[in-house]
Order: sequence, then structure tokens, then C-alpha cells
Amino acid sequence: MMTTDQTMNKSGLTATDATQEENNLGLSPTMAALKRARSHYGLKIGLGILLVMAIFALFAPWLAPHDPYMQNLPLRMLPPVWVEGGSWEYLLGTDHLGRDYLSRIIYGARISMTIGIGAATIGMIIGVTLGLIAGYYGGWLDQAVNFLVTCQLAVPSLLLIMALVFVIGQSITVVIFVIGATHWVFYLVVTRSATLRLRELDFVAAAQAMGCSKFQIAVKEVLPNLVNQIMVIFTLEVAVAILNEATLSFLGLGIPSPIPSWGLMIAEGKQAMFFQPWLVILPGISLFILVIAINLLGDGVRDVTVTNRRN
Amino acid sequence: MFTYILRRGLMAILVALTVSFGTFALFHYATDPAQTIAGEDAPQEMVDDIREQYGFDRPAAVQYFDWLGSTLQGDFGESYFWKQPVVQLIKDHAPVTITLALASLSVTILIALPLGISAALKPNSWVDRFALSTAVSAQAIPNFWLGLMLIILFAVTFPIFPVSGDATWRHFVLPSLVLGASSVPAVMRLTRTGLLDVLSSDYIRTARAKGFMGYRLILQQAMRNALLPIVSVLAVQLGNKLGGSVVTESVFSMNGLGRLAVESIFNSDIPTVQSLILIFVLTFVLLTLAADLINAWLDPRIRMG
Amino acid sequence: MGSEMSTTSILDIQNLSVDIPTDSSTLHAVRGISLELNRGETLGIVGESGSGKSMTALALMNLLPPAAKRSAGCISFEGSDLTHATEQELASKIRGQRIGMIFQEPMTSLNPVYSIGRQLKETMTLHRKVSESEAEKRAIYLLEKVGLPDPASRLKQYPHELSGGQRQRVMIAMALMNEPELLIADEPTTALDVTIQAQILHLLRELQQEFGMSMILITHDLGVVSRAADHIAVMYAGDIVETGRTAEVLEDPRHPYTQGLLECVPGYRGTSQQRLGAIPGIVPAMTGTISGCAFASRCPRAADICKTDTPPTKALQQGRYFVCHEPNIQTPENTANTAREAANQTPEDSALKKGEPILTVDGVSCTFMVRRGLFGKRKPLQAMDNVSLTLNKGEVLALVGESGCGKSTLTRTIMGLQKPDSGSVTLNGRRIENLPPMERARMIQPIFQDPYSSLNPRKTIGEIITKPLAVHRIGSRQEQHAQARRIMELVGLPTRVFNSYPDQLSGGQRQRAAIGRALIMNPEVVICDEPTSALDVSVQAQILNLLLDLRDEMDLTYLFVTHNLSVVQHMADRVAVMYLGEIVECGDRDQVMTDPKHPYTHALMDSALSISPGETVPDPGLAGDFPNPMNRPSGCPFHPRCPLADQQCREQAPGPELIDNTLVQCWKAKTSGSQLKS
Repeated sequence: MMTTDQTMNKSGLTATDATQEENNLGLSPTMAALKRARSHYGLKIGLGILLVMAIFALFAPWLAPHDPYMQNLPLRMLPPVWVEGGSWEYLLGTDHLGRDYLSRIIYGARISMTIGIGAATIGMIIGVTLGLIAGYYGGWLDQAVNFLVTCQLAVPSLLLIMALVFVIGQSITVVIFVIGATHWVFYLVVTRSATLRLRELDFVAAAQAMGCSKFQIAVKEVLPNLVNQIMVIFTLEVAVAILNEATLSFLGLGIPSPIPSWGLMIAEGKQAMFFQPWLVILPGISLFILVIAINLLGDGVRDVTVTNRRN
Repeated sequence: MFTYILRRGLMAILVALTVSFGTFALFHYATDPAQTIAGEDAPQEMVDDIREQYGFDRPAAVQYFDWLGSTLQGDFGESYFWKQPVVQLIKDHAPVTITLALASLSVTILIALPLGISAALKPNSWVDRFALSTAVSAQAIPNFWLGLMLIILFAVTFPIFPVSGDATWRHFVLPSLVLGASSVPAVMRLTRTGLLDVLSSDYIRTARAKGFMGYRLILQQAMRNALLPIVSVLAVQLGNKLGGSVVTESVFSMNGLGRLAVESIFNSDIPTVQSLILIFVLTFVLLTLAADLINAWLDPRIRMG
Repeated sequence: MGSEMSTTSILDIQNLSVDIPTDSSTLHAVRGISLELNRGETLGIVGESGSGKSMTALALMNLLPPAAKRSAGCISFEGSDLTHATEQELASKIRGQRIGMIFQEPMTSLNPVYSIGRQLKETMTLHRKVSESEAEKRAIYLLEKVGLPDPASRLKQYPHELSGGQRQRVMIAMALMNEPELLIADEPTTALDVTIQAQILHLLRELQQEFGMSMILITHDLGVVSRAADHIAVMYAGDIVETGRTAEVLEDPRHPYTQGLLECVPGYRGTSQQRLGAIPGIVPAMTGTISGCAFASRCPRAADICKTDTPPTKALQQGRYFVCHEPNIQTPENTANTAREAANQTPEDSALKKGEPILTVDGVSCTFMVRRGLFGKRKPLQAMDNVSLTLNKGEVLALVGESGCGKSTLTRTIMGLQKPDSGSVTLNGRRIENLPPMERARMIQPIFQDPYSSLNPRKTIGEIITKPLAVHRIGSRQEQHAQARRIMELVGLPTRVFNSYPDQLSGGQRQRAAIGRALIMNPEVVICDEPTSALDVSVQAQILNLLLDLRDEMDLTYLFVTHNLSVVQHMADRVAVMYLGEIVECGDRDQVMTDPKHPYTHALMDSALSISPGETVPDPGLAGDFPNPMNRPSGCPFHPRCPLADQQCREQAPGPELIDNTLVQCWKAKTSGSQLKS
């Protein structure tokens, strides 16, 4: 099929390419990111803490020393073990109803993680879908989505969440859905602007020239390029949702008592915080550690997946 | 420019209408205003009386436009719960929130900008690492918990500042710190990355090739460009703070708009909720418009295209 | 030696290195080079991307990126050693004062938020105690010098209000504010259109003579240095491989890389549509130490010694040397001959197959509504005005025009991706909008300019090449893969990259993958949209060769969009010239290129900088800049820049007219030839 001239020239070329490139052919994007991840301390620390907390959350019934709901009024307000009057039976002491604080904190991790992941997922579904539509289809759809964003941003989000929870009723499911339904703007903005940028690239034009439909291009060509960014936002939104739930429960409009939510525990401990400050300090520190671990993970994922194209 | 402001103004009105209608619909279908006015234990006849008297038995749309009509004439109605004009309620509560918002914004600016700028000037130095870890930590501290910690600290250990109420300027110190700290991570990160982007741009290289260096390079060449995103984010942050700092106000027992809003929600006080939401929405839209105009003034490309 | 040297040389660099530490290793961007520049002369530093030429320029005034480390034995500028100067001393005494610098990207090199008046004046007031009005006087004087009309009112304008060429003029004026002794120009014309490039180079040469400056001109374009530089230094992989007087180096190149580079330039030797002497392979990684000669892996003459021993520097005379082992010495004539012989094996009779029209564009117009600025109103932008064009089976039609002339809109319309306001595109006798996407895709396929954006970074090469088959469900998975492997072999891609991602490939390999994707459907027509302008010269030659081979093999017809006239000369059978949305001239290549009828084509051909040492940079003699397509001039759109324009041209738009088999839109077409030559 080829002329002798071409065969000569091309095979010559391929041979040099091969010797040259055998070493040069870099890692695939995924492998490169994993390699960078191995030397990223923030990411490793965040991931480590998260894994430990996830294990506690998953196996709470086996790992918690006591029943988190069991009241024991004679033993109420026990201090943690390192404070005078503490006992090894109740490592972190007990609350105003005599419930074991350590067990409640372990179960609280469960609540926080469920709500964080659930709400961030709902937000992601809404935000990414709207972002793709606005960015790829443009026109009046873009304007409509833009209007929706302005409305969402203009209303103070905590007030909106509180109003919705108040009207619909307090439960874990409601909290998840309400937080999710009010936290999609970040996904949308990033998805939309990335889509707008990608839409102008030539590989989209090439797909159009192949005869792909708009939907095919949006989902099969554009979306895969957004995965890294969406992952980063997802982690950050998990953190935001956890803090939101804690705030909501602290204000008395989130997880209903007696479910052990960290925010609710802080609210309950607030009455006695001048005398038994650990009732407020311990759940707060748990929240802090969980959220910082998630943020470290998110920042780490962003650092290692950012590729400097063209160097 | 006039047409631009007009267009944005129309957008603001449309947003305000949509949001207020949404709020109205939410409470109209979920709560019974007549019951609210009468009180929990009022007899049924009294509730029915009130329903008729206030016109709650009319169709929802009619009631909404009724409210809209009087609002447009400056009459925000009377609170169902506090039984006094909503205007008066807002007048009573607004100063606390406005003071708190402005004070905490200053706290944010005073911490975030210097930190972000020094981080960007020396990337990967100890300043940068310190700034980034501050951001990561501040992002992870629950706002209300930070407030409680400060209360424990200042009420018991160092009783310098009062921890509850809003009577004097001293009352605003701790709440402003807490509320201001909540915006530090976002503003700091944006300042840092924005300035880093500008500093690695071609025109800064040109400026260096012209002989600029040090503080002149930053102030006379880079700052104006780096300010653009900061202006936008500060407007949003101020909007959020003016939109009722629910958490801070309730932790420090301050009588601001945020607490007013929460209590009206709890008491299904529709006129108060409606008016507050309307004010929050308009404030936000106006602030972002102001930010865009400031940016247009800073950047001729936005101004002229 | 010392005393004599110091009087003639203004800059003497000894053993300059630049290292950039990265995550895993250190990038050696410049590897111990030595250079000398004589007073009042221009030194051209030539090299492909990654050769270290820009880093060399930045290193002189220590303007390198923060991570980069410079080490130099000595940078002697007018007797003082810049390597010992502190940042403070460099900023206050050297930068912008005694050494001025111009950068590649005029669009981003000026601060967008300050007026150009402020940016010009501060260059002066920063360094000297001069009054604002004195600085302003100087700024106006220089703006006039660099050829900006109405300089006083320009001072109030902002960079975004100026075109690329105008901005580069401002950059030049800014560099000259303090009358520097040395001007460093880093690819000053690369981002500009052909006619503007000639104007700017011409201007630089004039100003240099007038102000008695010395100049360092950094470029990848051999045509540019051949005309604008007195001396040349050729850089490869961070080293200077050959240097000397321009004419000597270009007429008698000694290093195999210089020789190869010259062979790569279309139209330098030999006639059109022959194979170019491409340099195989790619530039080696800049990390780690290079044992032996850096060019050995790509050198056609490399011997064992080249791979092991550092090549020696061989001086031919004062200031003329090259770095090579010279295994089995061949004169450049010999290499040229072998290249030519190899080339001649391809039959050059493709022109015979010219056949029926396969694609017809008939009276197509297209207007967009564009909003400028936050407060602006939407305004119409006429991208195409009554464009007609015919593409014949088997030919290569080159579409030439400067940026903003409507080339991309035309190609998008031809591919059926853009609906025209009026007119029609007919492909194989059928209206393009009536073709189902699948049939359209089988008939016409694009190849794009930028192989970095034309391949989806999240898909493997295999997925990308088989995608057209997958979309149209042609064949089983195995068949698709087999077909992809066949195509990869055809376009010269090693099949082991089948599962690699685009990021892992070099620019040339990516472009091969893009070509493979376009050809897997076996289309009739291929739209090549500047397929080589993002590539280095040596890679460009590989791709141009490949495209010509494939055309013969697969019976393809090309619409070849380009701004590079030597590529047109090399590839095209016919040429269409586009200006502001109109085809102003269309005809046989030789006819159009040697005897242009339209004054614009004439200027375009004049601006082409072929490699001809000793010749000066021509002044294309065009008034002003490429106009903003938003403000299309009335009458003939070219009249504001046309040297022949008269009342009729200003008022009435000319229609197409057939003269000597060439379609021209110009009132002066019949007489333009003689008038323009005089």
C-alpha cells in the first residue's frame, strides 16, 4: 500500500521515535496524579484521619463502649478520665443525662458523615446538571440558570435552610435534602465556566464534525474533563454540609434530640459550659478534626490532579 | 452604562419578586397565620374571626399581590407575633447587624489581605505555609463553637470584653472577631491566588524589565489587577453578613436582624419574614452591582469592552 | 585581545547556564553558553521551542521565573559584570534604562488597567528626574517614531483599544523611552500577522540604525533572522551549536542541525510539493545530563563517538564556530542532494488528477451579533460577505488571510457547523445542511491548528482515533481497533501509544493522531486549519510531508488554511486570499504568488520573509493596521490601507472579476500590477 519511499521514511522515523520515546513516554494522567499523591503530606494526613474516623463511624455499634442513648442520671456530668473525678469506665465522661460521651461522639461521626456525603451528593447532582446545561447549551437556558443562581445567592442560606427545615419538619433526611438543595451554586459555577472554556476547544469541534449530538458531546467529551474539579468541590462541600448541620442542630433546628449530633451535643453542653467546658470542647474538636481532614484531602486532590498542560 | 444599570435593576426586581413569592408560598401552605395571630391556645371561633378579618381566606395570589401592593407603597405591614409595625421592628434591629457586619468585614480585611499578599509575595515560604494553614484551620472551626470558646475564655479567664448583649462598642469586639474570622479563609485564598496570577503575568514581567521592583512593582503595577476578584468576593461576604448573622447574634445574644428573622420563622410571622427576606435580597443584589461598578471603574476592559 | 574587544563588543557572555528545578528533577534550560554582541549590530538567536533561547534573554537581566537559577561565569555589559549586580542595581540602573526589552505577546505584555500614556511615561519618570510634561513629550515623539498616527490622543487609550500590531509598537516605544544601548526582542513578531510582522521588523531595523542601538533578536523563524540579523547563534537543547555571520551560517551551515533546519523550511531549496528534509524524532528531554552530543539521536550522520563524547568546538574564524564531531564529513551540498533525491522519488504529477468540483461555496454571508464591554450594546460583525469558492477533486486549495479575516467562520460553515445567513455550501452535489451528520462526517473532516486542544485529554489515543467509527457504529470493536492500528501506522504513530493519553505525546505525535482521527472515516475532503502553525519547523516538515503523502495515497482533497506563505508555496495548487470576510483573489498558485492582481495580495507576498541573507526586511507599504471587523469600511473594505485607492474604491464595493484565470475583487485589478511594482 505504501510506496518504498514512505516506508523507508516512516519506519526510520518510528525507529528513532521508539528509542527516543521509550524513556520519554510519561505516565498516564491517573498514574501521574497517584505518584504526586504519594509525596503530598496534607493529602496523606487528611486521608489517614478520615479513614480512622470512617472506621469508627461504620463500626460504631461494635467500637462504642456504651449505648449512646442509655441514660444514667446518678452518673451525670462525669468529667473525662484525665480530670479529677473521671473514671476509666467513661473515658470522656458523661453528659447532663448521664450518657457516655465517648459513645455519643463516635455515633456523632456517623451522623456528620452521612449528612455531609448525602447533602454534597444532592448538591452535586443539581449543580453539575445545571452547570452543563447552562455552559453547553447557553442561550436562554443559561440566562434562566443564571437567574436561579442569583436568587439562591441573594437569600441568606442559613435562614433559607432554617425556614425549610422548620416548615417541612426535623429529621436526618430532611436536613440532608435541604442542605443539598441549597448548596449547588459552587458546583454550578465551576461546571459552567469549565464547560464554556472546553466548548471552545477543538476536540469539541472535531466531535461536532463527526456528527455527535450536543448531548453526546456534553456527557462524553466535556463531562470527563470536569471530574477532577467536581471531586475537589465535592470534598469541600462535604465539609460545608457537616458544619451546616452542626450549626443547624446547635440552633435547635437540625437533628432532633436524642440523636447524637455533635452540634446538638454542643447546644446541650452550652448550659453547663462554664463548669464542665469539655461538654462543649470535645464535640467541637471532633468537628474540627473531621472537617480539617476533609479539607486537607480536598486541597490535596486539587494539588495532585492539576496538570500543567504543555508545561 | 445607564442601560446596564437599568438591566441590572430589572434583574434585581425580578429576583426580589421571585424570592418573596417563594417565601410567601412556603409559609402560606405550611402554616396558619390566623392561628399564629390568635396564639396557640386560642378558641377556634377567634381563629376563624381573625382569618376573615385579615382576609386569610382569600386565594393565595390575591393575598400576595395585596402584600406586594402595600409594600410598594412603603407599608411593610404589622407583625403577627410582635404586634407592631414591621418597619419599627427592622429599625430597632438593623443598627446592630449593620455595625456587626461592617466591623467584622474590617476584621476580615485586616487579617486576610495582609496575609494573602505576603503569602503571594513569597510562595512556599514559611509565611505562605502559615497563611495556608490558618486558612485550612479557620475553615474547619465551626463558627458558633469559636464563639463559645471565646465566651468561656473572656467570661471566666480574661473578663475584658462582655460576652452577651449589644449595648456598647465593647460588646461588638468578640462577635466581630468570630464573624470576621469566618470570611478570612475565602478572602485570603482569593487574594493569594489572584495576586500570584497577576505576578506571573506577562505585563508584570514587562514592568520588571522596565525597572520596577519591590513595593512599587506591587502597588503601582500589580495591585489594581489583583483587586478585581477581591472586590467581588468582599461584596458577597458583606452581603452575607448583612443578611443576618444568625449564629453570631444568637451566640452572643445580640438583637440583630438575624435573630429577628429566626424568631419570625419560628413564629410563622409572615409579614416580618417577607419584609426581611426582601431587604436581604435587595441588599445583596445592590452590593454585587456596586462591586461590578467598582470593578468597571478599576478595569477599563470591563468599562469599555 | 582584551583592549581591542572592549571597544567593539557591547555584551560578552561567558558560560551562562539556567537551571529550573522541578518536582522530580532539574531542567537544564541553558547549558553553559558563550555569546558576544558587537556594538550597533544585531545578534539573532535561533532555535525551536525548548532550545533555551528565551531563557537566555531573560537571564541577561535576571528576569527569569522565580524558581529558575542562573549561573554564569560572566555577563559583561559595557565593561561591567551583570552577574555581580544586585537586584536593586539591575532594577535602578540597567533594566529599562540601558537595556530595553520587547516580548512575544503584545496582547498580554501591557498592563490592561493603565493607559498607555501612563505606562510609557512611568518608564522614564521611574529612572530619571524628569517632569511629567517632558516624559509626555518623549512619549509622543516615540509613538510618532514607531508609526502610530495621532500619538497625542493615543496616550489616553488603554491597551485593549489597540490591535496587536499597535500594541507591539507601543511596547517598542516603551523600550526606547530611556534610549537604551541594547534592545532585546524576544520573538517580537511571532504573534502578529504576516504584513504586520514585516512592518514591525522593518521598524525595528530603522530605529536601531537611527538610535545606534545594539539588538538581540530571538526567534524561531529563519526567514526573520536571515534578513534582520548581522550575526546568528543557533541553539539546540540549551546549547549554541553554531554561530557566525548570518550569510556565512545560512549559506554554508556546518552543524547537521542547522543544515537540517534549513532543509525543513518549505521553499528554501527545491520546488513545491516535494518532500521536505524533515529532522526525525523530537528534542531530547532537558532534564539530566546529556552524554555526548545532544543532537546525536536525531542526527543523520551520528557516529558512535557522538553518543559518548562531548563534541568539540571548532572555530572557522573569529566569531564563527560550530560544535560537532563531524563524523564522516559531508558538505552541505551532499546532504541537500540526498534529501532532494529522496524527495524526487515521489511522483510530482498530482496536479494531473484535477477533476470535477467536489465542494462549492456559493455566495455565503454570515453576521454575528457581538457585545463589547459590560455597558455596551450588541453590534453586528460581518464575518463573511458573499463568499464563493470551488474546491476541485484532488487539489490543494490554500486559503490565506490574516487573523480576523473570517477564515474560521468559512471553514465552520463548510463543515456544516455554522449556519450561514445566506448562500449555500454544496458537497458532492448535495446541500451541506441536507446531509445527515453521519454522511457529512464521511465526506468531510477537519484537522485543527492546535494539537493540544484538538484531542480530548481524558481519552486514550486509541479511543480518540476510533471515536468516529464508534459514533457511527461502524464495525465491531475488534474491527474498529484493527482499523485504528492501520491508520496509526499510516500516519506514522507507533502503535504502542494506542493506550496512552494525549499528554504523554509530543506535539508532532498529537498532530499525527488528529490526522488519523480525521482519516479513519476515509473522507473525501479534509479541512486543514493551520495544521502546522503550532509546531516547530522540524516537526512542521514531518507533518507537511505526511499530508502530501496521504493525499496521494487516499485520494484526498485539501482545503488548507494557513497564514504561512512558504507553506502555501510548498503545498498548494490554487490559492484563495481572504480579507475582511471577502475572497479578494483566487487563482492558480504561481499566478497569484508571482503576479498578484489585488493590492492586498501584493502586499502579502511582499511581506513574506523567505530565507535570503543580505536582503533587508521589505516594507509592505500598507497604510495602517488590519481593521477591526466590527467597523467594516464602506466601499472596498481594503481601501483605507490600499496605496491605489481612489474615490470609486471608497464608495463602491467591487465585484468579482475574472482576469488571466484569476478571480479578483478590485477596481484596479487590471492595472495594479504595473502600478504597484513602480
